[in-house]
Amino acid sequence: MQDVTTGNKEFKPNIVAFCCNWCSYAGADLAGSSRLTYPANVKIIRVPCSCRVNPMFVLKAFQQGADGVILCGCHPGDCHYVTGNYYTRRRMALLFSFLNYMGIEKERTRVEWVSAAEGAKFSAVMNDFVKTVTELGENKRLTDLRVKEGK
Amino acid sequence: MFKIRKENLNDLYAKISESMGLYIPIKKAGEVNYHVWGEGKEVSLETLKTVRSPKDAFFPQTENMMKFKTEGKNIDIIDVRDEKRPFVLFGVKACDYKAIEVLDKVFLMDPVDTYYKARRDAITIVTLACSKPEESCFCSVFGIDATAPCGDVTAWLDENYLYWQANTQKGEELTGKVSALFEKGGEEEVKSQQEQTKTILAKLPFATLDLSRFKPENLNELFNAPEWESLSEACLGCGTCTFVCPTCQCFDIRDFKTRDGVLRYRCWDSCMYSDFTLMAHGNSRTTQMQRYRQRFMHKLVYYPSQNDGLYSCVGCGRCVNKCPQRLNIVKVINTLGGKKND
Amino acid sequence: MRDVEQKMIERAAALLQNGEVARVVGWKKGEFYFDPAPAVFETVDELKDFVYNGFCGANLSKYLIKVSKNEGKTAIFMKPCDSYSFNQLVKEHRVDREKIYVIAVECQGKLDIEKIKANGVTAVTNVEENGDKVTVSSLYGETVLDKADVMLGKCLTCKGKTHQAKDEDIILHEMPAPANNRFDEVAKLEAMTEDERFAFWKEQLQKCIRCNACRNVCPACSCLKCVFDNPSSGVAAKANDDRFEEQLFHVIRAFHVSGRCTDCGECSRVCPQNIPLHLLNRKFIKDIDGFYGEYQAGETAEGKTPLTSYKEEDLEVSDVFKGEGK
Repeated sequence: MQDVTTGNKEFKPNIVAFCCNWCSYAGADLAGSSRLTYPANVKIIRVPCSCRVNPMFVLKAFQQGADGVILCGCHPGDCHYVTGNYYTRRRMALLFSFLNYMGIEKERTRVEWVSAAEGAKFSAVMNDFVKTVTELGENKRLTDLRVKEGK
Repeated sequence: MFKIRKENLNDLYAKISESMGLYIPIKKAGEVNYHVWGEGKEVSLETLKTVRSPKDAFFPQTENMMKFKTEGKNIDIIDVRDEKRPFVLFGVKACDYKAIEVLDKVFLMDPVDTYYKARRDAITIVTLACSKPEESCFCSVFGIDATAPCGDVTAWLDENYLYWQANTQKGEELTGKVSALFEKGGEEEVKSQQEQTKTILAKLPFATLDLSRFKPENLNELFNAPEWESLSEACLGCGTCTFVCPTCQCFDIRDFKTRDGVLRYRCWDSCMYSDFTLMAHGNSRTTQMQRYRQRFMHKLVYYPSQNDGLYSCVGCGRCVNKCPQRLNIVKVINTLGGKKND
Repeated sequence: MRDVEQKMIERAAALLQNGEVARVVGWKKGEFYFDPAPAVFETVDELKDFVYNGFCGANLSKYLIKVSKNEGKTAIFMKPCDSYSFNQLVKEHRVDREKIYVIAVECQGKLDIEKIKANGVTAVTNVEENGDKVTVSSLYGETVLDKADVMLGKCLTCKGKTHQAKDEDIILHEMPAPANNRFDEVAKLEAMTEDERFAFWKEQLQKCIRCNACRNVCPACSCLKCVFDNPSSGVAAKANDDRFEEQLFHVIRAFHVSGRCTDCGECSRVCPQNIPLHLLNRKFIKDIDGFYGEYQAGETAEGKTPLTSYKEEDLEVSDVFKGEGK
């Protein structure tokens, strides 16, 4: 992205954050109403439960240009649907380990538990994730050139 | 006729690459397929059958056709075809060369497929005679001489030399570019190699396949043969046979959504797939037996009935080698051709 | 092996004759010794083409999904590895156990004709198995090869010679259990750097021709309509255009069968481009073993799979990469 004022090319990663409706999305709300900031390049997608996210969502996000994907849900034990996030935990542990096995940088994927009361944690997590991915650079390994071509 | 020592072949590839693209069998990640030549690539002319056939060179598995760019209510159509640089397809076997004739009849017939034609016109084909045919080969059944393929240039390979014979104007032009690397001679060696190979060809187990029943007038009888059920029962419905086949020509056209528009591309399709020729009302062939029958009826009956008896199988034997469950056109020919019941 | 084959034909004939079963699933003779195909036999007469030899590597259990819908009982011959897939299919209610009669058969490891040919033998006319040697006759002469060098990849990392499901067995010789070191290759990849792993898979997956053979042969891939075949899924594509297409297909497929994949090795056996697809599934198996305790899919026909169960004290996703070598 071109910085208009300085003309410097600065990499701003696209981050997709899947947030569960009951905890993490509310956490993001709290962060906002508490005037805590997190980078604007985090795009939040609200899901009913973190376990709604299947691997296809994660891969599609990367295909469409995401440089990092983060999943946020209720803390284990606090799931609105009682057990959803326990399944998420197993699925994503396996998926992210597997993506890394295929050579995708492990820093590009993350799971964090953020409750509705943790506005500050939401902000801190997002800031940290964006910083990590910015340092890592553009996602070149799990991306679709045909999408980028259309830029 | 010219010849060049095998150890100097790299110079030949380099010389050709100076002015033209060069597609040649190259071993990559353990498998030999046609790839663009470059210094350091592992060329394998000895490989009898590349996994994919050379049809990729002018009918690629996926080919972009056009782009639609949208801006507000405006749609721009962008031609994504680039000027085709002349290229050489090196090492095409007799069966695969015959397959190009089969494809030409489909794509160059009116209305001409301009994408195909652009590549076809840019191509110079160097064929390579076979010297070690294997058990799955049956090109001779289709009247193909594996020891003397046509093409713009015909080449033969033995332990020491590659022999080179130009056949067409294009072939002469190519020869002119590289003739400094050649020495004259080789007629005797080629002749003796051809004779040796022919004795093997005659002994191949499939050399006696009987195609006499596969005629347009037997269409109904063959179509309704009860044997299709048992022939196809193990078929997985995968696309291996169609994708390794040098004559399969079906493709699908699809749209891919890019950031600011649509990319229209075509890609190989397989009549073995459940979504093949899917229409609004559903699919015309609903069982795997019907799909299986379609493939072989097309090769052995439908296509020849429209093309003066030319079969759209060339006996390369790739499907014989690659079918996961060991079903193939030979089993079909033997079962329906009546040989088994004799 | 001939004696085993003979016994199998006799049993199949007896079962068909006395009406205990309506059909038998086995292997049918091809044009050569080395190309038998899976087949269904419905009459004693058809059994004249029945064959069981070193080239019967195909896993027959998936055919039961279709065949067992027919009326009457189906008998099936199963190698030890096939029985894992069978149990898994029963567990997932894809096959009705009551309608199947399992005949467990001896297996001494199956052969790979492509590996035989890779030894420079071509125009093969016959193959004979003699203990740990294989004699290959071809139009160019005769060659003797070591059986261990020309076995199917999946047999080199055999899970063991015990059938996990059977109603009777035909085992006439001892079956020596091979060393099980199937995670070695996965560990080797894990020990590489991210860059090396990426380069490895990029090169391998670039060979993919999207033929779907791996999916269609897979006993765990039993969806009525695969998401990649469904035009309304948004991901159905046959393009071989961009690296992503292949990554998407193989990641999603491997994930979808994780916890259910029995490591039967059919995916790698059928791949026309010899992509080591089993290394994808095996990574999931290794991780499941490591994260949640050892689990072998298909050992039983009951119980939950690792991905349909959980423990409160499961490891956190952030701890995944804290282990060694990752």
